[in-house]
Amino acid sequence: MNDDDARNLIRSVIGEVAPEADLDSVGPDEMLQEALDLDSIDFLNFVTGLHERTGLEIPEREYPELATLEGCVRYLTASLR
Amino acid sequence: MPSLGADMDAGTVGTWLVGPGDVVQRGAIVAVVETEKSTIEVEIFEAGVIEELLVPAGDRVPVGTVLAHVGVPGGAAGDLAVPPSALRQTPRPSGPVDTGGDRIPAASGAGMVVSPVVRHLAERLGVDVHSLDGSGPGGTITRADVEGAAIRPVSPAVVAVGEPGPVAGGLGRPSPAPTHRGHPSATGVRSSPLARRMASELGVDIGVVDGSGPGGAVVEGDVRRAAPVEAQLAPRDRAPVTSGRVQGAPAGGAGSDDRQAAMRKAIGAMMARSKREIPHYYLSATIDMSRAVTWLEAVNTERPVTARLVASALLVKATARAVASVPEVNGFMVGDTFEPSTDVHVGVAVSLRTGGVIAPALHHADQLSLDELMAALRDLVNRARKGILRSSEMSDPTITVTNLGDLGVDSVFGVIYPPQVALVGFGRVAPRPWAADGMVGVRASVTATLSGDHRASDGHRGGRFLATIDHLLQRPEDL
Repeated sequence: MNDDDARNLIRSVIGEVAPEADLDSVGPDEMLQEALDLDSIDFLNFVTGLHERTGLEIPEREYPELATLEGCVRYLTASLR
Repeated sequence: MPSLGADMDAGTVGTWLVGPGDVVQRGAIVAVVETEKSTIEVEIFEAGVIEELLVPAGDRVPVGTVLAHVGVPGGAAGDLAVPPSALRQTPRPSGPVDTGGDRIPAASGAGMVVSPVVRHLAERLGVDVHSLDGSGPGGTITRADVEGAAIRPVSPAVVAVGEPGPVAGGLGRPSPAPTHRGHPSATGVRSSPLARRMASELGVDIGVVDGSGPGGAVVEGDVRRAAPVEAQLAPRDRAPVTSGRVQGAPAGGAGSDDRQAAMRKAIGAMMARSKREIPHYYLSATIDMSRAVTWLEAVNTERPVTARLVASALLVKATARAVASVPEVNGFMVGDTFEPSTDVHVGVAVSLRTGGVIAPALHHADQLSLDELMAALRDLVNRARKGILRSSEMSDPTITVTNLGDLGVDSVFGVIYPPQVALVGFGRVAPRPWAADGMVGVRASVTATLSGDHRASDGHRGGRFLATIDHLLQRPEDL
């Protein structure tokens, strides 16, 4: 998976979890949860969405790596090399 | 038109999911009602046959308006050739101004006039005519008065869907939502409410979508497949920007700005009523969450993503169970009297990203296992955000929990939702300095608050309630 694939995947999952959220306005290193107003259940839905699309287990201790958009991209590309 | 929350005066019948002649089971969703806050699936609390729909889809009517007549097989009302009442509102416990038109005012009974036929009907329906004010000529108590009063679940012929109150709470557990029936829309296409909403959001003409649902009904997935790709990627981009980074509204479609303004007004009216009527007291306690957090981490490590728990589930469960030790916080004010509820239906405050908040019920939260509660919580939050809730969820909460911790606040002192008598707030669960055994260390902690109604309890009992929540959270494995 390349960076663009990862971004598209993230965009698509966010679109399902929080259709009102506007990912375009979020900077690459901004905290996703804060910027998009995601509570813990939204975030769990987000992780679940990534898991369903990729098969990755994404253990809870690795959640911090998913805190930003760029972090998510790095995590997905590294895990799905 | 049921009252789906104390802040609702009127609602629009969005869709009928049944028609005359349809047989409905208890708990079936018969109509979808649009309010300022959400789209509510109205459940029916009695099995029967739909006889007549009285309010056409698209009409906005005051709370209390009779929406439909339902015939109950072998029911008392059938004998009397009186259309059994349906979807009737319970009287507001605190008796504010009623917009329904057919409401029952305060008891008088003096100079009461009642015909034998009506008296007989009242007996059949279990209505005490002495408690009624007649609306007929010269104060005569009419058949409509009696039917209007027959909202108590004593009569099998009567369906009550109403504002939170012991009556609504006592109606029992709604059965699981049945499969949505498609329904003919203006375009002659059968479609689910969600599909129509999505179609409107995605700019899809639902009339040209092939339905894959029951009877060819158009369902969510059909619309999604029919939508242009760019619309799916950014379905809200064409909606007007309403605030900051959040666009559109959960309800979507035209008039979302109006809807938001109406929602703000509705929340404002309810909160003003709360502050006017309820003598609040406030307490706070800081709870050691280290055991709970450690336990949660250990449990989640062994679980797939789909089965993981969040701290909110523990907080809701602990609150629901703590009610058993201090029942004065769970129930409703009816007039000046506190009526405790034997069921614990925890209203969960869900913030809508477009602004506003809604607090639907997690039914029997005290009796659900943590896993069940977690699943129910996820489902409830997801549906609240999508704007699709059920009438019982709007009317049943007996106590409310608000958890603003995810937004980073330390504590929240909430405003009680009338006619409830307590609201529990949780701030952020985070590592903080903690003194124990003469040492200061760092532990995960959370500040729990209680907003209580002095008419139902006092600070001493409220304090005991928070202490019980604390106690329960120290043994997360037993929750």
